[in-house]
Amino acid sequence: MEQNNKTVEIRWHGRGGQGAKTACLLLADVAFNSGKYVQGFPEYGPERMGAPITAYNRISDTPNRVHSNIYEPDFVVVVDETLLHTVDVTSGLKEGGAIIINSTRNPKEVRKQLGGYKGRVCVVDAGGISVRTLGKEFPNTPMLAATVKVSQVIDPEKFLADMEESLGHKFASKPQVIAGNMEALRFAMDEIREEQ
Amino acid sequence: MAIRERMSGNEAVAYAMKQINPDVMGAFPITPSTEIPQYFSKYIADGKVDTEFVAVESEHSAMSVCIGAAAAGARAVTATSSAGLALMWELLSVAASSRLPITMAVVNRALTGPININNDHSDSMGCRDTGWIQIYAENNQEVYDNYIQAMPISEYCRLPIMICQDGFITSHAVENITLLEDEVVKDFVGEYEPAHYLLKKDEPLAVGPYGVSPYYMEIKKAQAEAMKSAGERILSVAEAFEKISGRKYGFFEEYRLEDAEMAVVVIGSSAGTGKDAVDQLRAAGIKAGLLKIRVFRPFPMKEVAAALSGVKAVAVMDKAEGFSACGGPLFAEVRSALYDLEDRPKCINYVYGLGGRDVTVGTYETIFGELAEILRTGETGEVYRHIGQREGEE
Amino acid sequence: MDSRKETMTSGKPDPFRSAKNIHENSTWQELTCGAEIYEPATSRLVNTGEWRVLTPVLEMEKCKHCMLCVPFCPDICIPVKDGRRLDTDLHYCKGCGICAKVCPFKAITMKREEK
Repeated sequence: MEQNNKTVEIRWHGRGGQGAKTACLLLADVAFNSGKYVQGFPEYGPERMGAPITAYNRISDTPNRVHSNIYEPDFVVVVDETLLHTVDVTSGLKEGGAIIINSTRNPKEVRKQLGGYKGRVCVVDAGGISVRTLGKEFPNTPMLAATVKVSQVIDPEKFLADMEESLGHKFASKPQVIAGNMEALRFAMDEIREEQ
Repeated sequence: MAIRERMSGNEAVAYAMKQINPDVMGAFPITPSTEIPQYFSKYIADGKVDTEFVAVESEHSAMSVCIGAAAAGARAVTATSSAGLALMWELLSVAASSRLPITMAVVNRALTGPININNDHSDSMGCRDTGWIQIYAENNQEVYDNYIQAMPISEYCRLPIMICQDGFITSHAVENITLLEDEVVKDFVGEYEPAHYLLKKDEPLAVGPYGVSPYYMEIKKAQAEAMKSAGERILSVAEAFEKISGRKYGFFEEYRLEDAEMAVVVIGSSAGTGKDAVDQLRAAGIKAGLLKIRVFRPFPMKEVAAALSGVKAVAVMDKAEGFSACGGPLFAEVRSALYDLEDRPKCINYVYGLGGRDVTVGTYETIFGELAEILRTGETGEVYRHIGQREGEE
Repeated sequence: MDSRKETMTSGKPDPFRSAKNIHENSTWQELTCGAEIYEPATSRLVNTGEWRVLTPVLEMEKCKHCMLCVPFCPDICIPVKDGRRLDTDLHYCKGCGICAKVCPFKAITMKREEK
């Protein structure tokens, strides 16, 4: 049972308490629902709100046997752009892949902070979108949508349908939360700014 | 029908426990096993099971609860990690010598000193000689499957059993899993009907008597014989489990070992990573193989020797430092097993992955590279090695 | 499992063994699983009277049958019948002398036994 080359590896960077781990596990969930073999796991240590955290996804058409962290990801997601100052987020990132960053700035400007990374740089104002749609800073939901759109690990339309269903179960008594979240996902997909 | 799901290793254990509906759980929270009693107590609160949950003030008491409950005739379970397992130490031997079939989910975590919450096997390896059966898992699927096989093994042999998985690496990682239906699990595990128990009203019973010298040795010999014969039961339960699940288990898994010239022996989640390394080497024409130990207690000595008999060089990987100054616990067992072979392979030891130190495909490439060097030169060199640590100049 | 019975503890023989058949010459195969004892009051099987050096001698005429000696006896040596204590059961008496010590009427004295 050889592991095929189609395993997509994603590394998440965030800060403790921002929901990067939740977004990572949600991505595993939605990829699972679309028939994939998935892994979703955070790198654990002492729990400290605000401290940099890393989480990982492997998504594949065959079972994932490797249980190490991911050092050469296809995609990197940065939930908090202040991490660009302190964490080498593009470490090992494949040139053919992409980095997806939560930022209000344009991708050209952000690239200057990426240590000469040559691949795709995608930017989305996940914080702004969440304030607009949910009334609060919840960047992880828009970042999840942007990650699906950029990585294409699953079909974006299928993803939206799946999210609508699972949010429907989760917030059956609060329909306004469902609508807000769905808007956040759609806006995030539409508002990705990219520089090749 | 099999159920396609995704869940973490801790969820998988709690789910198996729900399907089994044990009589008593005594547990105290400790990272990374906390989620097991946490998820399970929700099943209790939701009325999904009618298990008596005993919240205690320490792991010493958690194991005491299990011993009392098992002696009373109940099916008793617990879960723990690291220092929690260490605090149970005294009672582990009591449970085993009283021959009480307690099922414990161990979520392996480094023993404190320095304090660390991440994975290695120092906790369960530290109590490997207390008389408990120990079964280890590579991933969530295996820990679920092993848990369902635990009681049919342990209750028959009248030996307590640890179902071990790697802390965080599998316990907190969400992965695909195939679950069995509730009825299938219930039927497989069956009802617990001990022959003798404290609450049997027509048969007054004393448990755990003082074993004075004229009896102690005989009691230990009986325990040793029970452990020796547990292997047969483990295999017959695995065979029955294959019939309901389609998944095959034995004492260990041999991966591309049949014509291998060199092999690694490993326990737990790192085995999967090793299989990918083996595939890469095989693609390059190198005859590499892997043996993943599932059952560590009882140790399948003859079978391990037979499986490695055709190999020329073996690296045994220990995720626990034994401080013997000559190798880890798995190495001691494997090398001892190889002693009886006419034509023994060269054998070295790697202590690796302590306190959550990551193990990658590259780690295995290094190890197989060093095995290839041993084959090339015919020199074993230093037998007791560490891998993954930073090294300064000598 | 194929048949539910096979999964059970009772699937393996775990026979009843009476404590009177278990002794210091029993082989490991002859002990019970986990050294369990399947019956109550097995202390009756132990002839603790063998340990005795001094023997309590009761002067029945001094005894008022106050029964104080009965609960103080650490073993089961003082039989009681119809509100009266009987002679000490020397099969269990270790000769500890507690009964003599607590007797308010000095009805019991510890004496070296002539064998």
